[in-house]
Amino acid sequence: MSITAILINAFALVCLIYGFYRDRDKAVKSLKKAAKSLFGILPTILIIIIIIGLMLGFVPPAEISRFVGEQSGILGVLLVGAVGAVLHIPALIAFPLAASMLESGATVMAVAAFITTLTMIGIVTLPMEIKILGKKFALLRNGLSFIIAIIIAILIGVIL
Amino acid sequence: MLLAGMFIVALILVSIYPDRRGAVFNTSMDYLTEMAFILPAVMVLMGLFSVYIPEETVVKHLGKASGSKGFFLAILFGTLPTGPLYVAFPMASTLIKKGARISNIVVFLSAWACIKIPQEMVELQFLGPEFMLARLSLTIIFVGLMGFVIEWMMKRTNGVIDG
Repeated sequence: MSITAILINAFALVCLIYGFYRDRDKAVKSLKKAAKSLFGILPTILIIIIIIGLMLGFVPPAEISRFVGEQSGILGVLLVGAVGAVLHIPALIAFPLAASMLESGATVMAVAAFITTLTMIGIVTLPMEIKILGKKFALLRNGLSFIIAIIIAILIGVIL
Repeated sequence: MLLAGMFIVALILVSIYPDRRGAVFNTSMDYLTEMAFILPAVMVLMGLFSVYIPEETVVKHLGKASGSKGFFLAILFGTLPTGPLYVAFPMASTLIKKGARISNIVVFLSAWACIKIPQEMVELQFLGPEFMLARLSLTIIFVGLMGFVIEWMMKRTNGVIDG
């Protein structure tokens, strides 16, 4: 187990102990919720893991990096950003998927764009957002989110 | 269903190309173990947050917060809760009706979307501390700017949100 994984587990454990100390019933309720969502998300995670395995096993890194690697430049970043905006998958799964993209030759820039648009922009949920928060707000938020996602991605590419 | 289908597709593919079996299997197992080490902890955190920080708490504090305090509260309350972004839309609507600043709503929604703590843990595990910290800090900066721009654009025309 990596240090990161140990830290994450330690943090969760501390929070859980504090939760029990504050209110036993609430902590038990939290654990039940945790178990429920764990089993809820498990099939999706397994599907993504199989996809990652197949992708890294079959698609040559050169193919992937042609679209999202060094030579694709800013166009590749825009492309991945657009894919992220349209896809509707849980954010938790975005990270292993992003890691597999990196492993197969995608740039840090493209990966950052993917994560940011995937989480912040929801084309699928846009009608709902418009209904609840108004057309103008929803369109502004999604549109500007795409722009800042690209800026953040470029800056991450420069820093890292 | 979908999982079973995916599994069968994978099985067929690796039986057609047996030389790829090792690579596909090893990669999948690597990702599976990495996920298995942190997923229960992440779920426990999400469960705790959802029970200990109810919606009313967020609405109560964010509805009246102003200035830089409003910004930091919006970030904080955005990173704590869990669930997909669309769960936050009705909350944002309530907050607007309660008179919260548009910029803070934008920051709150953005933080909820892409820098939630349980999510950041998974990012840390899979993409490493440098990537996570760089994306986290840049996101906070640009989301704040975006909040002001959207607020300004909303006010410039009519200042009220329809719907």
